[in-house]
Amino acid sequence: MSEELLNAAKRKFGQAEVYRVEGESRPVTFEANKLKELSVRESSGVALRVISKGRLGFTSTTNPDDEAGLVARAGAVAEFGAEAPFTLPGPAKYPKVNVHDSAVAGITQQHMVDTGKELIERLRDKWPDLLCEGRVGTSTGRMQIWNSSGMEASYEQTGYYVYVGGKLIRGTDMLMLWGGHSSCGLFGKQQSDLILERLLQQLEHCRNIVPAPKGDVPVIFTPRGVGATLVSPLLEGFSGKNFAAGTSPLIGKEGQKMLDARISVYDDPTLPMASGSRPCDDEGEPSRRLKFVEKGVIGGGYFDLLSAAKAGKKSTGSAHRALTSPPSPGTSVIDIAAGDTRRHDIFASVKDGLVVEELLGAGQGNEMGGEFRANVSLGYRIQNGEITGRVKDTMVSGNVYKVLAQVEAVSKETEWVFGSMRAPYIRCRGVEVAAKG
Amino acid sequence: MNYRDLIEDALRGHGADYCEARIEETGSTRLVYRGKGLEDAVVNSGRGGNVRACVNGGWGFVSFNSLDGLKRRVTQAVDQARAAGGSGTQLAPVQPQVKLASPRIVKDPRKVALAEKKRLMDHYNGLIFAVKGTQSVSSVYGDSSRKVCFGNSEEAYIEQEHVHVICRITAQARQGGDVQEGGFSIGTLGDYGLMDGLDDEVTASAKRAVALLSAKPLKGGERTVILDPVLAGVFVHEAFGHLSEGDNVAEDKKLQEVMVMGRRFGGKHLNIVDGAAIPGLRGSFAFDDEGTAATKTDLVREGVLVGRLHSRETAAMLGEKPTGNARAIGYNFPPIVRMTNTVIENGNATFADLLAGVNDGVYVKNWYGGMTQHEMFTFSSGEAYMVRNGKVEEMVRPVMLTGNLFTTLENIDAIGNDLGMNQGGGCGKNGQSPLPVSNGSPHIRIRKCLVSGA
Repeated sequence: MSEELLNAAKRKFGQAEVYRVEGESRPVTFEANKLKELSVRESSGVALRVISKGRLGFTSTTNPDDEAGLVARAGAVAEFGAEAPFTLPGPAKYPKVNVHDSAVAGITQQHMVDTGKELIERLRDKWPDLLCEGRVGTSTGRMQIWNSSGMEASYEQTGYYVYVGGKLIRGTDMLMLWGGHSSCGLFGKQQSDLILERLLQQLEHCRNIVPAPKGDVPVIFTPRGVGATLVSPLLEGFSGKNFAAGTSPLIGKEGQKMLDARISVYDDPTLPMASGSRPCDDEGEPSRRLKFVEKGVIGGGYFDLLSAAKAGKKSTGSAHRALTSPPSPGTSVIDIAAGDTRRHDIFASVKDGLVVEELLGAGQGNEMGGEFRANVSLGYRIQNGEITGRVKDTMVSGNVYKVLAQVEAVSKETEWVFGSMRAPYIRCRGVEVAAKG
Repeated sequence: MNYRDLIEDALRGHGADYCEARIEETGSTRLVYRGKGLEDAVVNSGRGGNVRACVNGGWGFVSFNSLDGLKRRVTQAVDQARAAGGSGTQLAPVQPQVKLASPRIVKDPRKVALAEKKRLMDHYNGLIFAVKGTQSVSSVYGDSSRKVCFGNSEEAYIEQEHVHVICRITAQARQGGDVQEGGFSIGTLGDYGLMDGLDDEVTASAKRAVALLSAKPLKGGERTVILDPVLAGVFVHEAFGHLSEGDNVAEDKKLQEVMVMGRRFGGKHLNIVDGAAIPGLRGSFAFDDEGTAATKTDLVREGVLVGRLHSRETAAMLGEKPTGNARAIGYNFPPIVRMTNTVIENGNATFADLLAGVNDGVYVKNWYGGMTQHEMFTFSSGEAYMVRNGKVEEMVRPVMLTGNLFTTLENIDAIGNDLGMNQGGGCGKNGQSPLPVSNGSPHIRIRKCLVSGA
């Protein structure tokens, strides 16, 4: 089917690309401390992208009856499409990236139900007032891509995830916590124990509500907090889209030391079994480890074919797409390097400061230029090296380029954040903390 | 394909307490502009379906693209529901309807040629670059149609079609490493006419982006804020709407104590409603995705909590009436409690009244986004202006406002009489995003709101 589609499109237009996906996911959902829903979601579809007389046309369908009409539709769209100053890539060599675990197919719904039930029971054992939710699930999928330059790539992927959380309400004070992990492969008790341990620790920290620290205080971003606060505004500058549009503040800054020497940030879709890893991108370009920042020095951005062509660069294997959208540049597995300070010491030396874990409203402002601004939905005050309680009605704001240039310490220890990002603890200055009262 | 026969045939002998099936056909067109011009032109179509079953309070959900073997899917969903266990099916009764509802169409976007859609967006794009100092754009035009065929074990059969048009236009200006944006988002149910007459607004957005480069940031802290209708709409959606969704409350005794009917949330001037029965808006429809007729629900009347939004299950759990708020964004999701059109009703004050007596406050307009987590909410403005001695003065950098639902609603001390609707956004919940909704309000004034600058 796909070969026919590609050939028909090739005959009519200069260049064509067929992208086909199919997959199945089986989530098991818990609500209000009990099992609520078992579901099976199957999906399949095909997308056709063509370049006709130098213009792009994109169309997709999940309706098999519509596949016969895709070529005509793509052509009609390409007539008014954007300019495509690039050639679809030819055959390539792909790295071996392990993203498939045959054990996943053997995970029964009963196993997932038992896993979720056990975690909720263990949570409520320590915190009986917690109203728990959870989601445990598996996924399997296959991606195939062919183009008129002779490129052909495909891979199968599996996934397994465990998420559990709870709500604690005391009068009008509400606390919502979530923890979890995802991977391409099955993981077991050790990982579940870690999820539980972290949640229980957070619950302990939130026993008391304390006023937020005032003034120019040091802020410790936990690995989750790094992901929630700093990563997105930082990556905005590295996006091929912003290079192509001329809006990236990093244009012309490659090779410049802008951040603290302890900061190194990579995107690595070749990390085995990491959620987000893959052997090739969604245009069939080989995956590779990308260096955004190394020892504080700015590296290159992440590009797909279109943004690379517009910016005068090469594709970095960073094309991402959903079935219904053309590819665009994105990241896969963000990997932030460890530093040289013991985690214990990151906390121990703080006289009065803030610890940030989760934000509410991040990314909903102008992130261009590295700005961040959000409500601290999960954060603590730290005084004399000890966490004294949860802060509320507190906002943090700042500029990631300034903040990461004022780094006080980076931990030796890194942690996986939900399985798709790895980061250390980072303590820095230059974050504006605003609070009520 | 006769979907009605297909569904009725498949549901026969289902064996569950309740069972429903949905088959949907979708179509969409999108034009994305980034940088200097058009980046993507996209036309999609889709078809898929799902079966949802309830046995003894446990749910099974199966979704698929292939319509082959629908009966097998029903069996699968019912088996899953049975395996999910539970303590009894609770579904508030609704009158099963057999209806083929017509969509609201004023000017059908599907009948407008792609060439014309592009010509118009190219024109607006050109207006942005005609303003000195603009660097780039980030704009989207989109229209979509969703035909939903719904049948259930109570012999309801409903066909509906929802046609939407949205447009977001953003101009970007740059000075060194500083990039500022000015723009707006609009939308309609079934009316391509939305796209006409935007010249002035586009040009104003571009000028604003440039002006923002020299605007100063505001120091964070508590201030009196005046919200324009668009931002106040986002505020009521985030600050109050989500907590009104029955599924948050239904199985949470503690939250029920907090969201108790009769509790005072604000002054007597505060009235909040939500309903798909309010016609002609992005959240309007005849029946929700469980086949419940749309309503208009009073949530707050004269400052006091009087209502909630429900699915059939959450209504039954709380002994309340279903409100027609069970919605799914597509065939691959089950319906959950969602907002539709959420409105703060008009008060008596004029905009001048709101400004009077405000010194060192902020007038905020337009929206960038908003989010809620229980009693905490945030929303970001697209524009912000200082207010001193009752006068709107210089533009400052856009701000984020955050607060606690309970205190913030109490701190609304003036409500205007100039209701305006925001139809340019979409709501996200449990991965179902962006769901078409609208929200609106007159201008409102809030004391002691926590504001963060830059």
